[in-house]
Amino acid sequence: MSPQSDPGAPSRPADHIDSVEGAPDAASDNSVSQPKLGFIGWIRFAWRQLTSMRTALLLLLLLAIAAVPGSLVPQRSSDPNGVVQYFTDNPALAPVLDGFQMFDVYTSAWFSAIYLLLFVSLIGCVIPRTKHHLEALRARPPRTPVRLSRLAGYTERPLPVSAGAVSTGSTSSGADAAIDAAAKQLRQAGYRVERFDARDEASVSAERGYLRETGNLVFHTALLGVLVAVGIGGGFGFAGQRVIVEGQSFVNTLAAYDSFNPGRFFDDTSLKPYRISLEELDAVYETRNQDAIGQAIDFTAHVTVQGQGEQATEETVKVNEPLYTHGTDVYLLGNGYAPTITVRDADGEVVFTDSVPFLPQDANLTSIGVVKVPDGLEEQVGMVGFFYPTQSELASGAYTSSYPDLIFPVLTLNVYQGDLGIDGGEPTSVYTLDPSSMEQLTGGSTGVDSIELKPGETAELPNGLGSVSFDNADPDAAEGDLSQSVPRFASFDIHHDPSQLWVLVFAILILAGLLVSLFVPRRRMWVKAATRPDGRVVLEYAALARGEDPGLEAAVTAFADRHAAGLSAAEPPHDRDSSST
Amino acid sequence: MTFTLDEISILCVYSAMAVYAIAFIAYAIDLARRSVAATRAVDEAKVPVAVGASAVGSTEGAARPANRAGAAASVVYGRSPALRVGVAMTVVAWLLHLTADVLRGLAAGRVPWANMYEFALTGTLIITTVFLVVLLLVKQDLRFLGTFVTGLVLVLLGVATVNFYVSVVPLPPALQSVWLVIHVFVASSSVGFFALGFALSVVQLLQSRRESVAETAKAVKQNFLATLPDSITLENLAYRVNIIGFILWTFTLMAGAIWAEKAWGRYWGWDTKEVWTFIIWVIFAGYIHARATRGWRGSRSAWLAIIGFSAVLFNFTVVNLFFKGLHAYSGL
Ligand code: HEM
Repeated sequence: MSPQSDPGAPSRPADHIDSVEGAPDAASDNSVSQPKLGFIGWIRFAWRQLTSMRTALLLLLLLAIAAVPGSLVPQRSSDPNGVVQYFTDNPALAPVLDGFQMFDVYTSAWFSAIYLLLFVSLIGCVIPRTKHHLEALRARPPRTPVRLSRLAGYTERPLPVSAGAVSTGSTSSGADAAIDAAAKQLRQAGYRVERFDARDEASVSAERGYLRETGNLVFHTALLGVLVAVGIGGGFGFAGQRVIVEGQSFVNTLAAYDSFNPGRFFDDTSLKPYRISLEELDAVYETRNQDAIGQAIDFTAHVTVQGQGEQATEETVKVNEPLYTHGTDVYLLGNGYAPTITVRDADGEVVFTDSVPFLPQDANLTSIGVVKVPDGLEEQVGMVGFFYPTQSELASGAYTSSYPDLIFPVLTLNVYQGDLGIDGGEPTSVYTLDPSSMEQLTGGSTGVDSIELKPGETAELPNGLGSVSFDNADPDAAEGDLSQSVPRFASFDIHHDPSQLWVLVFAILILAGLLVSLFVPRRRMWVKAATRPDGRVVLEYAALARGEDPGLEAAVTAFADRHAAGLSAAEPPHDRDSSST
Repeated sequence: MTFTLDEISILCVYSAMAVYAIAFIAYAIDLARRSVAATRAVDEAKVPVAVGASAVGSTEGAARPANRAGAAASVVYGRSPALRVGVAMTVVAWLLHLTADVLRGLAAGRVPWANMYEFALTGTLIITTVFLVVLLLVKQDLRFLGTFVTGLVLVLLGVATVNFYVSVVPLPPALQSVWLVIHVFVASSSVGFFALGFALSVVQLLQSRRESVAETAKAVKQNFLATLPDSITLENLAYRVNIIGFILWTFTLMAGAIWAEKAWGRYWGWDTKEVWTFIIWVIFAGYIHARATRGWRGSRSAWLAIIGFSAVLFNFTVVNLFFKGLHAYSGL
């Protein structure tokens, strides 16, 4: 069983369970009497340590532990608002944690160090094994051991007498034939076979399951593949977000995105300027199941897509059913209402009109939005609005929405005048209003009621500034039907990730390699026609597992039975009696 | 008085729990009887009755058990009516459990694994299924694990019905996907295997402690362990069960990534649930490596399997309920 005497053994790290303990290059050899190492010696020593099983194991366990904090503390990558909140809630602790990159665990120096070391170790492990395996694939099965009786599943079968009786001095021809038959059967069973005839005893040595090691190597190499594909391939892609209101459209250019995250190597000019128009967003809510009234059942965005010089095509985008078009993936990640708001000056001139996306705050789509009117009025005006698709009043008098669809839509507005803070060139979010240099005119502690509008209504702005209207998008609908009175918006994520396919390919290789390497048994089997001291010839069968192989003994017995059956079937029937001893 | 399908389903769950409880008691009685039998065997014979067969064909199998003669040798236990009652009751409970699960699915008009209550209902069903299938397929007599399996299932079902129950509601858009069917089912199956592997590893640790005590001491107080397979057999069995769990988990992780790409627009985002799926995967990869690392095979690798399954339970309970993330599908 010693790997040294065994050219077919896969090359394993020295502290692998199948390697010989105390072998000259045992990585675990940390005895005091270690000879002085030169520089090269040290490097080799360090490399052996790094590529040992124990190091791989410790790095794996470290990786598992290092991944934990990222689930305890919000991460900038997946939950940026959570991080901001965390800083507000724990002003003392947060900066300390930040110093340890706790909010960016998966890109942190220490997390990266662990997995990079692991992968260096992996490379150091896989390369020699691959080399060795390629050699092993060409090697012949090893010589038949002298004594099979010590090996796993050892079993004997009598050689049918008519065959074994005629001994011709050297190996009997019957024994020869039996071994030939065994070799043939083994070969058919996928074994690589080699005849060894020593000391008048014919035998066959067979080995199978090289695929096990192949699978293991494919598995480990594919792990590397995933890392490389994610690391490099991801750099060529981008991810952008864009909100589109019903009836509006978007052209795939850098400037049109609300936010845009390019990969490191992404080239803006590679964006294909196709157009997506949102015709309609269908939202379906549960109406019958008493336990789930108002729960969202389906969102479908009906869009038309048109490339340059192409015919427009109608498509749909749904949750779980992204649209793949023009090399990009379009996902429907959110939706809500975009009330159409018009502001007029004191003379009745329109100074602002737009469908403003309001961000949903709860399951019944109570939503918040901001209107900014920088020009046209005596002062800059900002409005913070609440929109309730189905307004109802809480016991406290506060408004809330009790159903996500448009049954009794109400818009309330708090008006501010002063400096919107957008002239300084600083980018500001369209979803928030900075009231620090503004004066609040309605709502809150002003003593003036907030402006409250239903679709189609108009109200005067305070201080004679002008008026504001909540336009009805469907003024011709029947009396009381407000279901189409407010346009909806969809928020789309648009991605391009050229490495995605590669990641999938490597993932499949990982799974395939794993299956093969864990379930293909690697084993050796021997059949020998042994001559007993009394001159009798007996067929001996035995096997050796190479790695985990729970079915080994059963396999030997099954083979022995099949082989013996084949032999006696070839016998004339009258010989059967005399063959039993 | 008429019942809805879901109400009948719940009645079946309660009945199944009652029968699981009977099975649990029967298994426990069997363990107690094993201890008695083991003690008697020592008192009567002072010579071990039989030496446990082992060597499941691992490369190492032949080398180790040889030094396990003497006090640590296993005791032939014979037939046990309690054990047969236990298995019979487990099968009955399983049938009720299966009925409950199918009815819940029919009541909902979809697969019954879309919220915590349903994960628990289906997951425990799979744990029992895996146990019964393993009993059928594996040569070793593993019925002694029944105490653990029925106990675990009983506790989880109890928690699920009391704390996690939600009435049938339609699927939110994010869950309307074939990947719900595939991903969650495969995840639950792998939990079934990990659970069994966990139990085997625990018994393996107990057994190997007994064996090492036995190697040094002349007289050992015998307990039920003496009637069970030796630690190496247990370790090999645990490994076989755990690698099946591992492959299913690998698939779970990948299927989850594919689904995440469809639903959220990215295949991997280190969301809390993703993080824990990854952690569990890495722990079991560590376990498999430990089995192949000198100095780590045996008890140390068993500990890794135990930690791995603990992480699975943690992922299902604490992470689902208390951690924030995109996977907010507990329905609670
Ligand atoms: C990225 C980190 C790694 C992961 C996730 C990983 C995972 C695994 C898994 C799942 C197996 C069992 C499946 C199979 O046999 O193919 C395995 C086996 C193995 N790995 Fe790794 N591995 C990693 C790194 C390494 C490194 C760095 C080494 C070298 C020191 C290594 C050496 C081995 C060996 C020798 C086996 C075969 C074990 C046996 O004989 O059963 N692995 N690995």
